[in-house]
Amino acid sequence: MPTRILRKRKLIPGQTSELVLEAPHIAAKARPGNFVILRVWEDGERIPLTIADADPTAGTITLVYLIMGKTTAHLDTLDAGDFLLDVCGPLGKPTEIHKLGGPVICVGGGTGIAAMHHIAKGHHMAGNHVVTIIGARCEDLLLFRDELCSFCPEVLISTNDGSCGRQGFVTDLLVERLTEDKTVAEVVAIGPVPMMRAVAEATRPFGVKTTVSLNSIMVDGIGMCGACRVSVGGETKFACVDGPEFDGHKVDFDGLAARLTSFKEQERISYEEFRKSHECHCSK
Amino acid sequence: MNATAPSKKAKAPRTAMPEQDPKVRARNFEEVALGYTPEMAAAEAARCLQCKKPACRKGCPVEIDIPAFIKQVAAGDLDAAYGVIRETNSLPAVCGRVCPQETQCEGSCILGKKGEPVAIGRLERFVADSYLARSACETVTGTPACSMARDDLKVACIGSGPSSLTCAGYLAARGIPVTVFEALHEVGGVLVYGIPEFRLPKGVVRQEVQAMKALGVEFRTNWVGGKTITVPELLESGYDAVFIGVGAGLPRFLGIPGENLIGVFSANEYLTRVNLGRAYKFPATDTPTFPGKHVVVFGGGNVAMDSARTAMRLGAEKVSLAYRRTEHEMPCRREELHHAKEEGLEILCLNAPLEFIGDDKGRLTAIAMQKMMLGEPDDSGRCAPVACQGDTCTLEADMAIVAVGTGANPLISQSTPGLSTYRRGYITADPETGETSIRNVFAGGDIVTGAATVISAMGAGRRAAKAIAERLLGAAAADPPQARAADDPADA
Repeated sequence: MPTRILRKRKLIPGQTSELVLEAPHIAAKARPGNFVILRVWEDGERIPLTIADADPTAGTITLVYLIMGKTTAHLDTLDAGDFLLDVCGPLGKPTEIHKLGGPVICVGGGTGIAAMHHIAKGHHMAGNHVVTIIGARCEDLLLFRDELCSFCPEVLISTNDGSCGRQGFVTDLLVERLTEDKTVAEVVAIGPVPMMRAVAEATRPFGVKTTVSLNSIMVDGIGMCGACRVSVGGETKFACVDGPEFDGHKVDFDGLAARLTSFKEQERISYEEFRKSHECHCSK
Repeated sequence: MNATAPSKKAKAPRTAMPEQDPKVRARNFEEVALGYTPEMAAAEAARCLQCKKPACRKGCPVEIDIPAFIKQVAAGDLDAAYGVIRETNSLPAVCGRVCPQETQCEGSCILGKKGEPVAIGRLERFVADSYLARSACETVTGTPACSMARDDLKVACIGSGPSSLTCAGYLAARGIPVTVFEALHEVGGVLVYGIPEFRLPKGVVRQEVQAMKALGVEFRTNWVGGKTITVPELLESGYDAVFIGVGAGLPRFLGIPGENLIGVFSANEYLTRVNLGRAYKFPATDTPTFPGKHVVVFGGGNVAMDSARTAMRLGAEKVSLAYRRTEHEMPCRREELHHAKEEGLEILCLNAPLEFIGDDKGRLTAIAMQKMMLGEPDDSGRCAPVACQGDTCTLEADMAIVAVGTGANPLISQSTPGLSTYRRGYITADPETGETSIRNVFAGGDIVTGAATVISAMGAGRRAAKAIAERLLGAAAADPPQARAADDPADA
């Protein structure tokens, strides 16, 4: 059954957008940490996207995507009122959220900030003191700043060029915070692989529990193929059903990063074909 | 009819089925076996001896009345033949193509003792293919519309593979509304993501599903049993019974070093990309597949054959199949092994993988292999493969496909309190009725037995459907609507 797009918001023009979808049966069940698999058109591939927010009362879920290849570019041609061919979920294990003895630091990078938003909100609702640290290359690329500020007592910002907040990386702010606050109960990190790896390495000396949400290649998202497999503590796990969240100190990030390049060449071909046909279409 | 001198008939050779030329078909995804013409079907049907106590029927897991339908084929009445088959089998066009007939109906055929058995599978396929355009409701119930529909009952089937489709078809034909919940975006389970187009055209599956929609079965895709909806929620929301037919889709890996290298795939992933994602049309379709040059497939079942033949069609220079035992022990359908060899598959018997070897970019470059020999029989009754110590070699390969079996997916059992499972998560079900440890919750197919055949899953779906119908309608109304089509006025 096709799923209607209710609203679309361009968060970073030409790069990142937010879609609010009418999906009551998914919204009713979606918990922080869950994701969906979607397909845009009849000959489309299945891609995973984290649920950035869910409103069970309104029956909606929110997805945020970065345009980085054919499918996300194709997705971005759709607008409010259009339909997505397939949306399947909620998938994956929800984030483990309990009332904790100390603050939770949620670190988000790039589009990962959207996924982090849902988790930070979950921790906030459970009564935890949530500190969020978000980072980007420059101020214009910071996502969900207002949303996070609406419920987080502390929103720390870093940019590579220093156009907003601290100049540097999210890990700089994180290490500073961990050094001065020994009561931090957990660190959650979501973003590109190098960023999650850096966070895991930064927290390791402090011995703070660190959870990362892995973005491996997925096909079905329900545990039937193992495309998303990743080595955690020396054991093979399927990110779609055993995760996507794992102990950041046990994840084999090198293996994950390598497997993400499996189809690099095919992805390039597919995107080029799409851009060619899209340009032709526009010039007519 | 056709009761003339059986001894002469027994000598008539089995009617061959036309096939695509191996050289041509090894590079395309068109169906290999092309099917009988009406003349061929009539000639083959005439070979049947019409046994009084047909052994073939006992050999069929859903007990199709084989002599009765073949009699109608010989007489040229395909409507009646289809009616006989559909009394017990909801997916004849599929079964005629993918059943291992040599160990089932045809393996029991009396003609096979001295010569070749009647080609029951090919005849079933012929009848179904000839008939698919007709209304399923009319065929099964003898009326154009399902007038006996009950609006006070409803049953949910989780999964849309062969067991669930059979269960749903049986119940719908008896007027019970059925909703089928499927996790993927297409209906059919292994029939659409596993078995390739060249063996089972997807159009055939879609037509069978269309016939079930005509019977009133509702399909909901993108609904994941255990995630989007759970068994307790279905019961609470008013479903009178639930059938769990989610299969055994969790791939098993080998557990050897290097298994996560780029280029190592589970057969499930490889086949899902190609079949469900139609990656063979990339980049016209978006799902990419891996362009293997030297491909090694591990396993000896149908899934291994399908993977190997798919890799060939996608342009591999060399495809080898490594199996721990010998060809004799391979559990695949004989016809597929024969076809695969004709297409150029290299078979490496008595070989097991030791390690996947990669380069500094994490890509597979070679596989270390261990030579095996056959030892004493194991639990399965087959000779256990034993390593020949010190006898190893290295094979060059840029792609490996692991097809060494699957396990039970835990999504349903994890989300259903009180559901009993045994041995690595398979669901415990009564062998007669399929009922689980929860009343009115039934299960059948691979999620109960572990990976088996399409037809045995269908047999389980049918047994459960019968038990469900008996419970909901009472024993009398649940009986099959008899051989109505076979005894039709058309015959009189």
